[in-house]
Amino acid sequence: MNKTVLKAVLASVLMFGFAFALIPLYNTFCEITGLNGKTSGQVTADEILKKQIVNENRLVTVQFDASVNSKLNWEFRPTELNMQVTPGKLYKTEFYAKNLSDKDITGRATYSVTPGKASLYFNKTECFCFTEQTLKAHEEVLMPVTFIVDSKLTEDVNIMTLSYTFYKLES
Amino acid sequence: MSHAAVADTHDHDHDHKPKGFVKRWLMTTNHKDIGTLYLIFALTMFILGGAMAMIIRLELFQPGLQFVQPDFFNQLTTMHALIMVFGAVMPAFVGFANWMIPIMIGAPDMALPRMNNWSFWILPFAFTMLASTFFMDGGAPAAGWTLYPPLVLQGGQNLAFAVFAIHMLGISSIMGAINVIATIMNMRAPNMGYLKMPLFVWTWLITAFLLIAVMPVFAGAVTMLLTDHYFGTTFFNAAGGGDPVLFQHIFWFFGHPEVYIMILPSFGIISEIIPTFARKPLFGYVSMVYATAGIAFLSFIVWAHHMFSVGMPLGGELFFMYATFLISIPTGVKVFNWVSTMWKGAMTFETPMLWAIAFIILFTIGGFSGLMLAIAPADFQYHDTYFVVAHFHYVLVTGAVFAIIGGAYYWLPKWSGNMYSERLGKIHFWWSTISVNVLFFPQHFLGLAGMPRRIPDYSTQFAEFNMWSSIGGFAFGLAQIFFIVIVWRTVKGKGTTKATSRVWEGAKGLEWFIPSPAPHHTFQDGAPVNDEHLAHVSSH
Amino acid sequence: MNRKTNCFKNSCKNFLWLAIGLLFSSFAFAEKSKYNMTEGVTEFSKQAYDIHMIVLWICVVIGVLVFGAMIYSMFAHRKSKGVTAAQFSHSTTAEIIWTVIPIIILIIIAFPATKALIKMEAPTDADGKNIVMDMTIKVTGFQWKWKYSYLDEGISFLSTLKADSNAARQANPTVDLYEVENYLLDVDNPLVIPVDTNIRILLTADDVIHSWWVPAFGWKRDAIPGFVNEAWTNVKKIGTYRGQCAELCGKDHGFMPIVVEVLSKEDYANWVKQQKGEQEVAEVKNNSEWSQADLMATGKTVYDSQCAACHQTTGQGMPPAFPALDGSTIVNGPIDEQIKTVLFGKQGTAMAAFGGILSESDIAAAITYTRNAWGNTAKDAAQPQDVKRIKNS
Repeated sequence: MNKTVLKAVLASVLMFGFAFALIPLYNTFCEITGLNGKTSGQVTADEILKKQIVNENRLVTVQFDASVNSKLNWEFRPTELNMQVTPGKLYKTEFYAKNLSDKDITGRATYSVTPGKASLYFNKTECFCFTEQTLKAHEEVLMPVTFIVDSKLTEDVNIMTLSYTFYKLES
Repeated sequence: MSHAAVADTHDHDHDHKPKGFVKRWLMTTNHKDIGTLYLIFALTMFILGGAMAMIIRLELFQPGLQFVQPDFFNQLTTMHALIMVFGAVMPAFVGFANWMIPIMIGAPDMALPRMNNWSFWILPFAFTMLASTFFMDGGAPAAGWTLYPPLVLQGGQNLAFAVFAIHMLGISSIMGAINVIATIMNMRAPNMGYLKMPLFVWTWLITAFLLIAVMPVFAGAVTMLLTDHYFGTTFFNAAGGGDPVLFQHIFWFFGHPEVYIMILPSFGIISEIIPTFARKPLFGYVSMVYATAGIAFLSFIVWAHHMFSVGMPLGGELFFMYATFLISIPTGVKVFNWVSTMWKGAMTFETPMLWAIAFIILFTIGGFSGLMLAIAPADFQYHDTYFVVAHFHYVLVTGAVFAIIGGAYYWLPKWSGNMYSERLGKIHFWWSTISVNVLFFPQHFLGLAGMPRRIPDYSTQFAEFNMWSSIGGFAFGLAQIFFIVIVWRTVKGKGTTKATSRVWEGAKGLEWFIPSPAPHHTFQDGAPVNDEHLAHVSSH
Repeated sequence: MNRKTNCFKNSCKNFLWLAIGLLFSSFAFAEKSKYNMTEGVTEFSKQAYDIHMIVLWICVVIGVLVFGAMIYSMFAHRKSKGVTAAQFSHSTTAEIIWTVIPIIILIIIAFPATKALIKMEAPTDADGKNIVMDMTIKVTGFQWKWKYSYLDEGISFLSTLKADSNAARQANPTVDLYEVENYLLDVDNPLVIPVDTNIRILLTADDVIHSWWVPAFGWKRDAIPGFVNEAWTNVKKIGTYRGQCAELCGKDHGFMPIVVEVLSKEDYANWVKQQKGEQEVAEVKNNSEWSQADLMATGKTVYDSQCAACHQTTGQGMPPAFPALDGSTIVNGPIDEQIKTVLFGKQGTAMAAFGGILSESDIAAAITYTRNAWGNTAKDAAQPQDVKRIKNS
């Protein structure tokens, strides 16, 4: 009987741990399936470009979107709304941000690509979202994003949105 | 059972019941006394949670805000669910398990009697803590029993209390489950093979495994809420790189098995009642066991059907839709088996049988709406409407609660030694069954017409059905007060007759071979199990 | 006597037929009425409705068969009829039959369901070609309002519960809710879209999870803070369609309706022109000096739609969570402090930061109103420029 009890106790402790193990599992799962629109981390352009088979005739629309959380007193917007891109090539765009306040503020952007299945094929090679951004009082900046839409992007996608939300970093 | 009932019986000197309230109840290690405590506790919580439901239905009686403020309304819906799920339904089943499992398998007591005491006495403290949040600044948790962040993190100090209460409940449930497993696996009487066990024991064994598998996951999820709120972690905070949807995945990984934790023991109870009053062996005993295990297994791979609207990739939506479809197969097998058990029997319709029949019909209606909800493109319309509210109340009230009440009538004579009044029992049945349908059936229409759930006020187009629903609700609530009166009178022996040891003509199983009321200690020297005692003698 | 029993039998029979007729007509009634799911005005809503009706009828048929067998058995196989119970306890054939038949039914249901899902997630036309989206609208959920941004046009505005509904839904209402048209289902600024247009809808939220649902469009989708969700629609019929937030989002979850006005393409183009003009006017308003009377008038409107949900139209609030403004030390104290509170919110309380939500002129007007309404007599005014100054400090 002690064996049964021991096994049961062990199982419940393991399952408690499993709840926490679900976090890395979920993130991996999201990366594989594009579940929550998070794209994979930073990648170098050369590596990606080597693997591309470019179809010059194909064009997809990449739309840029920016939000600022209501607790952050910044202005933040894309400098261009849409870009026609050929999958497999490197492109660059810029986002404009301005600290409207008289204080230095640090923010961090979250990003999301929709539709989810497109996020699997969206490679950012340079992005302000990889680091925290500090803007001095009234400072304005242009923040570049370079990206490659993978040429393996499935045929059913012809428009995708790259969306950022800037949050105030709580100190 | 009470002292008065005990005093009425003469031949129980050999019972060695501890004297005095503290020794008898607070320090008890007796499975029957602990079972009684669980049942009384569950009934108390049922009334408390029911009282909240009455206020909710009162506010929804007509459009406009008459009685409570929206924030308090949300507190009520949240606490109503938490109390009914963790305070009423689950402890009631643990009460049945404590009372019946040792007797049914011929064991003298539960395997771990002192832990048994502990797992019960945690509950009152946990619920006092949970209920105390009502009196705090900012009130009780108001984000729904699903506790979705980021909303739940806006709640203030009640979060810490709610989380610790859930931890305590979890520990209590896990200890209870370990006890059930240890008892069933190690303490069966000789000749009580696994495939001779009553189905109630089987369903509870499988439920206990589910509890061990998912209660710790729930504890983990709420712990993450706690650290997000107080210690600056960002598991579910997008600004810090977390994902609020992740909580929903973890929650429903627990939550879906949890709903089966609340229904599998009901299947067990119904499977005991139907053969007794049909005077015919349970049809397809082995397939019932496999169906239960199949439902339990499937419950782990369908969780995201609660989240079709969060925006999943197509593949995920299809997988969870198909997997959910599959559940209807073993569930269907169960329903067909019950009907086949009734078929060509020689039925009588005492109160427990009435509840069991109502269970089959009404639970199946809940199952139908469940199948409809499983269809993702239609769920985009049903999700988070009153259609869902109607669905889960059909499976939980006319499902789980009806089974509990039916089981209470079925075994009450065994527990108390007195036959309840059939006349009052039948009044209680018809009163409840009619009113519960007036209460929940119109909610299907409300949901289809577009009324979202968890709202304190609604557009005038929904007024008519809400009024019907509220009237049904008040009547159903009142019927349960009547139930308490019936139980009280039976236990006190008012207007009742003495129960025989067999109680029901067609009853089979070990519990019917001991006297009524069941003596304080049973099968101390082992149980002599002959195949003719048993309901299920495997002939395969 | 014979005639009498016959008569009785006949009336029984008639009654039975009547009951059956009523049952079925009630289903027929349910098909096209406010008691059933709407067929809606998009392809998805029609698909959802069709699948819903198919499955409903399948369930009804199964239900009639199973419950019928049960009820027959309850009458035929009762002990009082003197039957003896059969003792069979299994039948492999029967069990195979009632496992296989449900599987077949499920497969039949799975086909239309799968087709509908694919249509929604991978929009293609009849020839299997990708549907080109004509415009994109971003929907942002706030506690407790919606913000609509037309990404291609640069138009964006907030949409909150209309003032008459808001007054009628209070605990001590000043308006009778039965007098309010579309009680709780009307907003100040509806979402306006053109008919017969493929519209991409992006959804996100600022604070907690919301869910955007218009039943006539056939879907709901969660708006999740920090993430963007996507859905699309193409409305076939001009008209006004109403919905509600479908994910519990706090106190006023029940009071953030959605109204969509679907216009002809020409009317829509005119509306866009007009909106762009108004946004320029708003820009001018933010930069000009306002009179006390103008501030008070605009302030009351802003206050009633944005602040009264918590602080009440009477300014009495709902203590302790939502303090009274009438007699409040903040409202009657230094004006800069009050502006700060409104702009940045108050940490650890329900007070939201309105700096990112309302325009400077609206904030100035609402503050001026609270300082001079009810028993408050500060007799001063906040100008848009003051708000701007503090916002940027």
